[in-house]
Amino acid sequence: MSDTTLPLSSGGTSEPLRFHVAEEPHPPNGTLLGFWLYLMSDCLIFACLFAAYGVLGREYAGGPTGTQVLELPTVALNTTMLLLSSITYGFAVLEMQRNRQKPMMVWLAVTGLLGAAFVALELTEFAHLIADGNGPQRSAFLSSFFALVGTHGLHVTCGIIWLIVLMVQVKQKGLILANKRRLMCLSMFWHFLDVIWVGVFSFVYLMGVLP
Amino acid sequence: MSTHEEMHPDHGDGHDELGVHATLKGYFTGFLLAAGLTIIPFWLVMGGVFTKSGPADAFILLLAAVQIVVHAIYFLHMNTKSEGGWNLLALIFTLVLVVITLSGSVWIMFHLNDNMMPMTLQQARNLP
Repeated sequence: MSDTTLPLSSGGTSEPLRFHVAEEPHPPNGTLLGFWLYLMSDCLIFACLFAAYGVLGREYAGGPTGTQVLELPTVALNTTMLLLSSITYGFAVLEMQRNRQKPMMVWLAVTGLLGAAFVALELTEFAHLIADGNGPQRSAFLSSFFALVGTHGLHVTCGIIWLIVLMVQVKQKGLILANKRRLMCLSMFWHFLDVIWVGVFSFVYLMGVLP
Repeated sequence: MSTHEEMHPDHGDGHDELGVHATLKGYFTGFLLAAGLTIIPFWLVMGGVFTKSGPADAFILLLAAVQIVVHAIYFLHMNTKSEGGWNLLALIFTLVLVVITLSGSVWIMFHLNDNMMPMTLQQARNLP
């Protein structure tokens, strides 16, 4: 196969045929833009869950109302954890820009711990609800509540796993460009989850306990 | 993309910078604004300031919208120039879809509830 040449060139020049440009034109930071598009599609998933909660959030089926089962002090603590983890990730990004690996790893670890505290608090809340017989099967309100808050919690859990994997990668390869790009992607993911949480605590918790 | 740099070590089209320049001041400003915008609605609801839910709902949603913008600017580094504007374009497209999904669902299902058969007392008692 490789010996045969196509008799295309009329002038007898033996320049090899090229079927694609080796340097394909692409915008700089294509990865970050692509990851942004993923976040936007994730945003649509949450929009659907918010819509479901908006429709079903007041259908109690004779079960408990939001005022009776939602505990605002826990949520306030939860929100604090997530907001603090957002700024500690910001500190990690700042250290990354200065190429200081050790303080960056410390800030990443702090971020991971705050995220873990958030998930732990949320799981405790879920466990209390289910133990009291107020699981997702109780009413449409609780179904949509568990679906929305649970999906967000699942995202945070995935974010923590990603964070741990990334810390191992940085430990092994150092702050190379590929790792920096991954850190920026996780940064967007983490802050995006905080944005979703703003919607959750406002729409579900605060508005849910109002009379 | 991950093997890109290994294949072409220095092809010099501006890949050695990620193009994001975060500052400590930006993060602190964002954090303070976000903290304020979180504490105010929690204080209003937990302190029992509101007596009617109508204006309270609107106010909470307004604060949430402002806080989302704060997060987008100071934490997600959104501006009109990032990624040559494609970032913002994707965001606007998503927001349009989100608004259609939310308002459309609530509007249609609200009227659907009105058209349901009324429940008798006997049926209500036998609910699971």
